[in-house]
Amino acid sequence: MAKYKMHLLVCGGTGCHASESESLLSHLKAIVTDKGLDNEVQVIATGCFGFCEKGPIVKIMPDNTFYTQVTPADAREIIEEHVIKGRKVNRLLYVNPENKEHIADSKHMGFYKKQIRIALRNCGFIDPENIDEYISRDGYEALAKCLTEMTPQQVIEIMKKSGLRGRGGGGFPTGLKWEITSKSVSDVKYVVCNADEGDPGAFMDRSILEGDPHSVIEAMIICGYCIGASNGLVYIRAEYPLAIDRLKTAIGQAREYGLLGNDVLGTGFAFDIELRYGAGAFVCGEETALIHSMEGLRGEPTMKPPFPSVSGYYGKPTNVNNVETFANVPVIINKGADWFASIGTEKSKGTKVFALAGKINNVGLIEVPMGTTLREVIYEIGGGIKDGKKFKAVQTGGPSGGCLTEKHLDFPIDYDNLIAAGSMMGSGGMIVMDEDDCMVSIAKFYLEFTVEESCGKCSPCRIGNKRLHEILDKLTKGNGTREDIDRLRNLGHVIKDTALCGLGQTSPNPVLSTIDNFWDEYMEHVNEKKCRSGQCKALLQYVIDPENCVGCTACARNCPVNAIAGERKGIHVIDQTTCIKCGACLEKCKFNAVFIK
Amino acid sequence: MGQVKSLADLRKIKDDLRVKMSLRENSNNPESLVQIKVAMATCGIASGAKQVMDFFIEELEKRNIQAVVTQTGCMGYCFAEPTVEITLPGQAPVVYGYVDTKKADDIIEKYIKSGELVDGIIPVNYETIENNKEEK
Repeated sequence: MAKYKMHLLVCGGTGCHASESESLLSHLKAIVTDKGLDNEVQVIATGCFGFCEKGPIVKIMPDNTFYTQVTPADAREIIEEHVIKGRKVNRLLYVNPENKEHIADSKHMGFYKKQIRIALRNCGFIDPENIDEYISRDGYEALAKCLTEMTPQQVIEIMKKSGLRGRGGGGFPTGLKWEITSKSVSDVKYVVCNADEGDPGAFMDRSILEGDPHSVIEAMIICGYCIGASNGLVYIRAEYPLAIDRLKTAIGQAREYGLLGNDVLGTGFAFDIELRYGAGAFVCGEETALIHSMEGLRGEPTMKPPFPSVSGYYGKPTNVNNVETFANVPVIINKGADWFASIGTEKSKGTKVFALAGKINNVGLIEVPMGTTLREVIYEIGGGIKDGKKFKAVQTGGPSGGCLTEKHLDFPIDYDNLIAAGSMMGSGGMIVMDEDDCMVSIAKFYLEFTVEESCGKCSPCRIGNKRLHEILDKLTKGNGTREDIDRLRNLGHVIKDTALCGLGQTSPNPVLSTIDNFWDEYMEHVNEKKCRSGQCKALLQYVIDPENCVGCTACARNCPVNAIAGERKGIHVIDQTTCIKCGACLEKCKFNAVFIK
Repeated sequence: MGQVKSLADLRKIKDDLRVKMSLRENSNNPESLVQIKVAMATCGIASGAKQVMDFFIEELEKRNIQAVVTQTGCMGYCFAEPTVEITLPGQAPVVYGYVDTKKADDIIEKYIKSGELVDGIIPVNYETIENNKEEK
């Protein structure tokens, strides 16, 4: 067997794939072979490292060197310099934005310092298409322990004691859910993995399935053992082709090893997993809608109760858990409930994966203990706001969540604190906004999303959200009144109270929380017809300062609608009724005479 | 590979892969392990550094010593190649010159196992940016 002295780990996640990591991988492999090093150096495609902002990532072991933004053209230099001569390629190292120093080792990077990786433990570390590498990281050991040393009730007790709560958004205690499903009496039961990740900007479930599919498979088998089910189903959106591929490969390997099938680990317990594809409807992340979609019906939710744990897929008891929730399970069994419960806050245990997006320097996927403050996440891990701008708000929980502002920066993040602050955990998307973002427009953006995604079954969601959107649209066009804001509030609360499912019950949150936190901005839109961040185009006025205008005619020549009048060498004036606010005049003026009022 | 029928079977797979994965596992916290850097520039390789590095990797594994063996560039002691820098956990690094497999064996047995210095140490006669900073 070849004795490898060095491993080159190349990110094979979707983000890095999009920046040519596949071609980088084949280049590296070809050069290694070309140099006759294929017995010493192994090139491995892994899951996502999380630092997507700087992808593609290449990590070299054992010296733990972390290269960022590597292109296929850099492959030769990495092999010739680093691998053969032992000299680090400085220009590809991560540069500390504070002091411009190169950092070679990921452990010293602000992005990784505060992270504790449980659900993402294997992402970026193992080859997701190699079951042996998963096993070497204690993989399937939890399953073996459960099947041979514990009764289902004992396993459920561990899950309950660990305090693990659903990571898909609701935060329902996982152990309790398993217990309820296990107590439902039926000949057939189902374990369902909810991989219908729909929050804009959230991609933790995809990364786990792409980087560590076996952890989810193992947890589903354990869940099946606990609740007495022999069938597992993964509901995954068809637009995750890489995750689907890796999951299929992993299921095939697990079957080959006898970890899935009629005789799991030789214990006589039978369990197998099938995939079901979703067409990408947001509402199908709601468990009843998800189940209907799997049954071949329209993806519409139904009233609870009955809960799926009593009557779910084809009327049989069904346990639905999210991908990230499952990924935590094997570690909890291996390391114990007390270990897991020692991480986090009083009512939210363990860690949570967040997808950082928006106006933040380090866009990517992070995993931090519950109770980490927003400030730590945004400034220490996220590296602060892009271009040195001022932080304004962060939207957590996607279109169902709310905005948190500066006053929440030192809030420890957990399920209950976020709800108290008028937002929610959701699946863990975090969209950061800076001073250039208009909060009314942001609320409108999220409403657009929910109006689009509403299944239309219940009227509060179908009609109510449409009306909310219309009022917001009115505000951004400068036609809003004070009464409109009251109407937004009242209607928002009515929708929350009367909608059928989680989608409708949470869709007014972005509106309500931005009204609460950015009252002044709403009032400005109404009273002064002004948008302080300049996002609401209808409220802007481009004007020419007569003091600075020299009459060069550059603005008039570039105006697409001929809204600017003025003689050569005379002062120009913009006709506000014709102006379409495209900003071309502002861009073309060399004398700083055009400005926004 | 056949079917996995028990916890013992799983552990066997894990054991078979231990060596391969330890290369990655260990490099996550090298400070707590013995770190060995073999100078592998042209001068080092010409004097047999490759064999020395292979020797270290194989022997440490055989003798069940957890260590991180990495290659590094030329340390500047080209007269004394192959050179090897050993850092025991919590101690200052020590550089050995003229390391052949026999010397490497000595180093493992005496220095790495019991901390006893072996002949052939090259005294550190330079300042690094870090210790220069500290003094100031």
